[in-house]
Amino acid sequence: MLDLSLTQMAQGLAERKFSSLELTQTFLQRIQTVNPQLNAFITVTEQQALEAAKAADAQLAAGQAGPLTGIPIAHKDLFCTEGIKTSCASKMLDNFIAPYDATVVANLNKAGAVSLGKTNLDEFAMGSSSESSFYGSVKNPWATQAVAGGSSGGSAAAVAARLVPAATGSDTGGSIRQPAAFCGITGLKPTYGRVSRWGMVAYASSMDQAGPMARSAEDCALMLQQMAGFDSKDSTSIEQAVPDYLSQLGDSLQGVTLGIPKEYFADDLNPQTAERIHAAIKQLEKLGASVKEISLPLTRMAIPAYYVISPAEASSNLSRFDGVRYGYRCENPVDLEDLYKRSRSEAFGDEVKRRILIGTYALSEGFYDAYYNKAQQIRRLIAEDFQAAFQSVDLIIAPTTPNPAYDLGSKLTDPIQMYLDDIYTLGVNLAGLPAISVPAGLVNQRPVGMQLIGNHFSEAKLLNAAHQFQQATDHHLQKPALI
Amino acid sequence: MQWEAVIGLEIHTQLATKTKIFSGSSTAFGAEPNSQASIIDLAMPGTLPVLNKQALEMAIQFGLAINSEIPKITTFDRKNYFYPDLPKGYQTTQMEAPIVGRGYLDIALETGGTKRVTVHHAHLEEDAGKSLHEDFHGMTGVDLNRAGTPLIEIVTEPEMSSAKEAVAFLKSIHSIITYLGISDGNMAEGSMRCDANVSVRPKGQEKLGNRCEIKNVNSFRFVEKAINYEIQRQIEILEDGGRIAQQTRLYDPDLDETRAMRSKEDANDYRYFPCPDLLPLEVDPAFVQKLKDELPELPEQKRQRFTEQLGLSEYDAGVLSSSRPLADYFDKVVELCKDAQLASNWISGELAAQLNRDGIEITQAEVTPEQFAGILIRLKDDTLSNGAAKKVFAALWAKEGQTADEIIEAKGLKQVTDTGAIEALVDEVLAKNTPQVEQYRAAEPDKRGKMVGFFVGQIMRASKGTANPKAVNELLAKKLDG
Repeated sequence: MLDLSLTQMAQGLAERKFSSLELTQTFLQRIQTVNPQLNAFITVTEQQALEAAKAADAQLAAGQAGPLTGIPIAHKDLFCTEGIKTSCASKMLDNFIAPYDATVVANLNKAGAVSLGKTNLDEFAMGSSSESSFYGSVKNPWATQAVAGGSSGGSAAAVAARLVPAATGSDTGGSIRQPAAFCGITGLKPTYGRVSRWGMVAYASSMDQAGPMARSAEDCALMLQQMAGFDSKDSTSIEQAVPDYLSQLGDSLQGVTLGIPKEYFADDLNPQTAERIHAAIKQLEKLGASVKEISLPLTRMAIPAYYVISPAEASSNLSRFDGVRYGYRCENPVDLEDLYKRSRSEAFGDEVKRRILIGTYALSEGFYDAYYNKAQQIRRLIAEDFQAAFQSVDLIIAPTTPNPAYDLGSKLTDPIQMYLDDIYTLGVNLAGLPAISVPAGLVNQRPVGMQLIGNHFSEAKLLNAAHQFQQATDHHLQKPALI
Repeated sequence: MQWEAVIGLEIHTQLATKTKIFSGSSTAFGAEPNSQASIIDLAMPGTLPVLNKQALEMAIQFGLAINSEIPKITTFDRKNYFYPDLPKGYQTTQMEAPIVGRGYLDIALETGGTKRVTVHHAHLEEDAGKSLHEDFHGMTGVDLNRAGTPLIEIVTEPEMSSAKEAVAFLKSIHSIITYLGISDGNMAEGSMRCDANVSVRPKGQEKLGNRCEIKNVNSFRFVEKAINYEIQRQIEILEDGGRIAQQTRLYDPDLDETRAMRSKEDANDYRYFPCPDLLPLEVDPAFVQKLKDELPELPEQKRQRFTEQLGLSEYDAGVLSSSRPLADYFDKVVELCKDAQLASNWISGELAAQLNRDGIEITQAEVTPEQFAGILIRLKDDTLSNGAAKKVFAALWAKEGQTADEIIEAKGLKQVTDTGAIEALVDEVLAKNTPQVEQYRAAEPDKRGKMVGFFVGQIMRASKGTANPKAVNELLAKKLDG
């Protein structure tokens, strides 16, 4: 049952092969036995899940099933869930019970999905390894001494280890794609504005985007279908109809041109990872796609631009955590300043503090033009480079990360090194583009992710290309050693 | 040395939208603390702002009323600072591309003539909540009902040179925003607040002196007093050879003085940057044109119409156009009674006096414009004497009847114009007062004028005030002078 796809689960439920309660209990059991090794979940909402499963069974029996009715999922713990702790993996929100549901959560609830709980992440989604969580690091199911990637490491590890068939994630600079690559699953970062940000605790508002994480492109399509859509509560949400993703999964790749950006295959790239990606490209060519080398000359500049803009926005977004209305408050503050200083010093972790400081600095009088404005200029140029590329190609193909998952703790002392590893994912966020990471084989028993990048609102094309690839390969069916 | 003051104003005006600028919470004043604070106003994690279109519309209306450019694209920025009544840790405001561009307003000077004051820009922003320091035993309470109330901040160039000019400008703004109905302009409740930047320099010098900002002055009178105090303070320092430290100061109305609040060195670095939650907004020129076409007649236009078309004096026109409810009242009365001067006299006279006595506003008047016009119509057609008209007004005010005619009927205030009846009264009075009649006839013609008043008084009394004074005078003249 653990290996079924979402479609198979829906079918099984519809045909009464098993009930949602059985399915839910199976996954809850699996979480109970395996999660202690992975630390993928912060909160498991067993009672609510069982109740939701029973309600789903009643709906199924009444013939009122929605597209995901009775199917277990999990939410990254930065989506607000009414009545349930929403911690953002921070001591700051360890006591925070959200008073409302994020739109993504509400949409999936409405579609009938049964949430099993909240998954671990880097504190406030700031990180690429899920090691900055207040609740401890997430471990990679393929090698528990390795990181799961981040910031959606909990969702990625949970899906890879079959703790849940699909989960939500969020991607500001690669936080869906990179952990998906590290854990050997499929993860889609949609176009900025495709999925509502209402109720998704903000890190860098101009780049944050929620998306699905699952074992296949097909499952991602099913999830995205429910997550996406205009939301009047989010002013950056875009009013555009959501296409039927599933119905476009049968399209041929004949006539599709894939761009290979030479900057994504330069010296940074691990040669073994490069081999896997080149093999994947061959496979896609076999399926009818043609390839073309392209150039995205400002690729490297994405790193400094991203690491100025995102902390700048974060420094402002995280000001609300001041110990006044909710969240952590220091003991016995002597005055207002003490309340602010100690509440924030005591409750934020090092990486969050680092980014607040960087962002505050970048926005300061006298530095704003040199940092924030310059970064925004680079951002525009990067977006233009992508647009120029899409004049001659349909999709861009590249590795998701330069290397497979590294060992826990190995990069903690050198944050810059960790930032540099985000080189292939950041540009997409700066330009607001959709991209998907798809398993493309293993290097030293650790998964490699192939990234497909599309133009705005090309999710259907991306999902179809990934699906065609997965129909012809079995990388996404490989199971981690843990299973 | 001759000194010259230079004054610029920053006026914050709460907009009279039903809901807040970025959330659906009510903006009503005076509710239980925090009963009008939604998860957005509380800055709950994950919440996002959505701009209230009505606030945008009102800001544009204001811009059009002060002859401003309305930009094609407007943007929102964040002003970052920590304070308990600022839940997000930043205020969403506009800096780069405010909704109201450069504009101006002509203000009437006391010395006659007008002066043009340039408005640098006006922008939309959200109000903060309130920190309550009393009743919390050494702690501070926070009320977020006001947090997120839409404001426009109106920023002038430093172009005013006296407290009186500043107040005249402020009053013009007040009358525009109330005319437009975009704000109640209530300074006591804080829906209109004024900061004044004041500096002085030797007369004739180009370069501006160091300025001080006086924060949050909450009445026209205090604005005038605070500026005057500040000008005097700065002149005294300069004349003693001192330097003006750039400061933010607070006005204390009890002591009538300004006090230092914080110096320039303590100023926050607000780290303004574009708000990523609100995308640049395209302002549709057709929408702006529509608002322009629908603008109501503004105080200045009204004043002009009152003088040019209705023939009122500058003074009367100024008084009647100063507030929209008053002007509307006047317009309605004129429309019905067709006599602008009469309406002006009676509104500025009897009605204003009554409002003053009761300490209420025109909007609370007990006599409707229709009723009021009813009195004037009867005055014009000689049904009422002046005195009787006042009685009818008092009776209508006391709700003793529905219309002037009803009161006239009920109280028998109809003026007697029937010459036969009046003649009988005249004859009666003259017959009773033969000695006075003889005195009158013996007197020099230039002294007779005064003496005739005696007979008029007697006749009016006999008629219980209903005799038409004009007819009485005519008949008397005929009979006495033979």
